[in-house]
Amino acid sequence: MESPFAQKSFFLAFAASCVLCGSVVAYVVHSFGFSNKIAVQDAALSVVLWLLGAILIANTLRYYLPQQSRFIFLGGLIVTLTAIFIGVSSVIILKWLVRSYAYREFYMQSIPVRVAFSFLVFTSYGLVFAFWFTMHNQQLNEKRSTEALQLAKEAELNSLQEKLQPHFLFNSLNSINALVVVQPERARLMVQQLSDFLRGTLKRESNAYIPLEQELEYLTLYLEIEKVRFGHRLQTSVEIKGNAGQCMLPPFILLPVLENAIKFGLYDTLHDIHITLNARCEGSLLEVAVSNPFDSETAGQYKGTGFGLKSVKRRLHLLFDRSDLLITKTTENIFTTTVLIPQIT
Amino acid sequence: MIKVIIIDDEPLARSIVEEFLLEQKNFTIVAQCGDGFDGLKAVHVHKPDLIFLDIQMPKINGFEMLELLEHKPDVIFTTAFDDYAIKAFESSAIDYLLKPFNKERFRKAIEKWEKWQVNQQVFQQDFSELQQPVQRERVVVKQGSNIKIIPVGDILYLESADDFVKIHTAQGSFLKNKTMGYFEQTLDPAHFVRTHRSYIVQLAQITRIDPYEKDSFVAVLKNGTKIPVSRSGYPRLRASLGL
Repeated sequence: MESPFAQKSFFLAFAASCVLCGSVVAYVVHSFGFSNKIAVQDAALSVVLWLLGAILIANTLRYYLPQQSRFIFLGGLIVTLTAIFIGVSSVIILKWLVRSYAYREFYMQSIPVRVAFSFLVFTSYGLVFAFWFTMHNQQLNEKRSTEALQLAKEAELNSLQEKLQPHFLFNSLNSINALVVVQPERARLMVQQLSDFLRGTLKRESNAYIPLEQELEYLTLYLEIEKVRFGHRLQTSVEIKGNAGQCMLPPFILLPVLENAIKFGLYDTLHDIHITLNARCEGSLLEVAVSNPFDSETAGQYKGTGFGLKSVKRRLHLLFDRSDLLITKTTENIFTTTVLIPQIT
Repeated sequence: MIKVIIIDDEPLARSIVEEFLLEQKNFTIVAQCGDGFDGLKAVHVHKPDLIFLDIQMPKINGFEMLELLEHKPDVIFTTAFDDYAIKAFESSAIDYLLKPFNKERFRKAIEKWEKWQVNQQVFQQDFSELQQPVQRERVVVKQGSNIKIIPVGDILYLESADDFVKIHTAQGSFLKNKTMGYFEQTLDPAHFVRTHRSYIVQLAQITRIDPYEKDSFVAVLKNGTKIPVSRSGYPRLRASLGL
């Protein structure tokens, strides 16, 4: 996260407040009749120690701000810092800096006031920083969640556009057109499958998680339709291990992966292709692996992750704040895409 | 009899063309092919009068298949693409059928072809200008009887050679029957620049630019090859490199 000191106005206000506190110390010490030199030394030391303390608070909160009992955490931090402040400043002042007996006497007597004042200083900085980081966190979270929502909408829209786009829809209709005469029963079946698939695309809530089983029904429809078109070349196998079927996942996340595998397999090789989908649940992680054959020599045009996979990766990142949930792997002539979905219990 | 070949990777899509074609007199289907490679062979063997050709097919698409044919038969495209692609080949093909199409539309395409048989001047058929509207991701070349697919990222540079363009890659060079202008238009300008009338270079391959004689430069590639940069090519090269 960004440091608050990176913001210029914040830094200036912070510096000004340090100078102000220092001036107060210098003025008070001077008013008790000590020399300018002593007053400035005392003030400068305090300012330096407060500054260090403030930076420490800022950096601690920057990397660690507990959600619960954050005020107890902050209070502890402030008390500790105050104690360190008094300890360090008394050692420096009494042992090395000032030799005057009167001043030492004055210092000892003023310790309670110094404790109170330091406590106040650290408390105000602590609160300001805590407030700053909380705000910042909130803004980030809000941004992330709106982006996730927007992306889900986009995925829905893309899915609509992609599914209803010429390639899939019109080629499917063309297949039906051919089947009507030769195999009317199969034509009827395909009309049914295509309708169910389209309905699934249209009706799906984009942000409600669904069990893998349910998503698979939808994916199966898609595979069945593709099989009618490419049945002579396309084989698929789906394996769900253990209770993976009950695992939850965001909708529309697997379809682009499957589409990519089929496209990749069908258009990159001339032979029969076998697409496999394996799902298992390990601990709190649902793992779905989709693999397809490809030609390692000419795979250039599909190299890396296609647009479809990129958007899946982005969506996973926004939903779970992790960028390691989509893994692609090539072994010999098999390309495997693995999607990991953390299970929230 | 009029010899026809149907090339489409979906069997059902071929069967509908077959079904409609059977109702036409004088047409005979000499071959049906599921990909461009089979298509090339079949066209070579049967020398058909007319082919029905799908665009998106495994390995090489319909456009690329046509590029590789020396004697191009008349073509009717059958495709589900309904966007920009159509315009690009509209002028080159006899007709295109948008899937799914009906008997009526199919008959019209056949009629159009028959008219074209009688009076060829009506259509300006010129496949050399047949262009893929999208930027090329690969170039398909013929090397003897082999077909080589070159991803554009593998291209080091292009050099004009009479009526051909010589494509230089790390694996060797290949000739392609196209013009420099054609490649200049279809290669992504973010990655390729024409440095000279006779040269197009992939930017990522350039390691440095050295002065060469007065007013001219050479671009030195990673493998040490020096590519001439003309006076008009130099500002283009600088702009492409963001200098």
